[in-house]
Amino acid sequence: MSQAEAFPKAAEGKLADTRLRATLRGATHTIRDRRTAVVAEVGDWEDLRELGRTVKEEALADLGSLLARFEERATAAGATVHWARDAAEACRIVADLITVTEVVKVKSMATQEIGLNEALAARGVHAVETDLAELIVQLADDKPSHLLVPAIHYNRSQIRDLFDASIAAGVDDDPAALAEAARLHLRERFLTASVGVSGANFAIAETGSLVVVESEGNGRMCLTLPDTLISVVGIEKIVPRFADLGVFLRLLPRSSTGERMNPYTSIWTGVTPGDGPQAVHIVLVDNGRTRVLRDPVGRQALHCIRCSACLNVCPVYERVGGHAYGHTYSGPIGAILAPQLTGGHRSLPFASTLCGACYEVCPVKINIPEVLVHLREPPPAEQPVMGAVSAVLSRPRWYRAGLRLARWFAAMAPARRLPWPLSRWTAVRDLPRPEQETFRDWWTRTHGRT
Amino acid sequence: MRVGLFVTCVNDLLFPRTGRAVVSVLEHVGVKVEFPLDQTCCGQMHGNSGYRKKAGGLLDRFGEVFAGYEAVVVPSGSCVAFLRERHPHVYELSEFLIDVLGVEDVGGVFPHRVTYHPTCHGMRMLGLGDKPVRLLAAVGGIELLPLPGAAECCGFGGTFALKNAGVSAAMLADKCAAIRGSGADYVAMADNSCLTHIGGGLTRTGGPRAVHYAEILAGRP
Ligand code: SF4
Repeated sequence: MSQAEAFPKAAEGKLADTRLRATLRGATHTIRDRRTAVVAEVGDWEDLRELGRTVKEEALADLGSLLARFEERATAAGATVHWARDAAEACRIVADLITVTEVVKVKSMATQEIGLNEALAARGVHAVETDLAELIVQLADDKPSHLLVPAIHYNRSQIRDLFDASIAAGVDDDPAALAEAARLHLRERFLTASVGVSGANFAIAETGSLVVVESEGNGRMCLTLPDTLISVVGIEKIVPRFADLGVFLRLLPRSSTGERMNPYTSIWTGVTPGDGPQAVHIVLVDNGRTRVLRDPVGRQALHCIRCSACLNVCPVYERVGGHAYGHTYSGPIGAILAPQLTGGHRSLPFASTLCGACYEVCPVKINIPEVLVHLREPPPAEQPVMGAVSAVLSRPRWYRAGLRLARWFAAMAPARRLPWPLSRWTAVRDLPRPEQETFRDWWTRTHGRT
Repeated sequence: MRVGLFVTCVNDLLFPRTGRAVVSVLEHVGVKVEFPLDQTCCGQMHGNSGYRKKAGGLLDRFGEVFAGYEAVVVPSGSCVAFLRERHPHVYELSEFLIDVLGVEDVGGVFPHRVTYHPTCHGMRMLGLGDKPVRLLAAVGGIELLPLPGAAECCGFGGTFALKNAGVSAAMLADKCAAIRGSGADYVAMADNSCLTHIGGGLTRTGGPRAVHYAEILAGRP
């Protein structure tokens, strides 16, 4: 399959799944509406967004020295900082730090991105996902399909069946009962695990602190109970100052879960003797980010705070879900991040109508449509046609001849069944019938040749 | 003030009635509009499809053709959104009528039930807001009905409709269902490229007629 067809092909399969469509529609609209309501409560929301954008821009402009400062402060506080160029190196660093056979994990996009669970499994280490939705996906041997709600593509009865077959035989499909089953299953893991693995929402250069924002409290357990804590952090998570949290902790929960404030915010700085993990490791991961940084238009994708608001409002995501994107990052942000991080996924920048709903909600004002267009590379097969069209449009005489030709074609063509590739149009829509004369013919007839 | 009409290539070819309606509305409110015959296309399709150079050439051409005009009126939100950065003197019809001329009642009469679909580029990139609706509200005899999920994209997206035909069709089906559910006889919009898609879907599956809102403004008793 050619790269240009990857997304459309994957999308076709998902579109045919009516249960998935209904589940996604319900879930995205629920979060979307909740977000709209809580954002409307904040009078200075637009100023806050602008502030978020500015801080991120500032951080990226000075990333090298901020990272160095972060390393220095975190090290001084007792943490060990590691640097990883790519996914393989990051996985190796983490695996080398682990001497046990089971670790507990906080939900983290960075570890998904580098394929950490698979890498650990290959070394005989089982990573237990402790976020409820992430646990569902893991039990199903599936992949997350949403930044924030990894199991958004499951409905309640599917989850019940899954739990029934794995961790809680006989459970019913009451959400409270399902959550309780997961809680009982996980509690034991928390109490016995000696190693916790996390990502981080923010890394503060000024203090060397890491921040994890979550809703379920599983993160707090993973971050505080084990002796060893290993955090895998993309280098773009840096913010300059502790006070910047004042901006992001207001932007993030309202944009992501539609909560005014998230239930759990954990902030830690190296090691605190006698309290919490006594061995704290931080793995700073590049994995394509410095390449993204080099593109003056595309780099704004690195502002992303993974709130998932853009996914929840995206009409394309809503209809196909995250798996169709073929990368850890899906939806609008995935469509601009995956191609830049990997150099592949060329069909993703085309997986958008450029409707702009994502840009409208993004809490750090990433102009996603702008980056989508910037990343579009036309497939070679189409280039001669578009080249010819632009040649015609550049010359008034050719254009007038072209109009006559197109009018003739539109008048002759069957409105309901055109040959490929225009059959893709007439499959569900009629072709408009041209009128008696073009506009310019009418104008010259009625107004003369001004 | 010298006012030019950029009718857009889509309208020139497929929807001359929209162009005629714009001329009728403008002349009705006393604007003498000109139509430079060398105009072709703004370059939006090329620009949005990754042909940056070719689009740039067409944008330049536009500037040359409309160099002598203080205002260029365009009955297409997406073309104006594409042109605006380079050519600030372009106005979507409702912007020109309300912001430049200061008129909302253009003397139209249209005794029908109408709903309005705010096309994405007009709504989000241009920020047209309720301007087209305000113009429609002043039309004699009109009954305006709300459109459920109005802000949701129709799924056109230019070449998206061909490149991602399946997703486009799914979005179209939902939009058409919402339009049918509005109870209107007509669905009006400010962009005939989306209208080609929505209108084509509606004639295929049955439902209200899709029209450019200028045609409603130009309605005569
Ligand atoms: S791109 Fe913006 S809206 Fe989308 S996940 Fe990132 S921060 Fe949130």
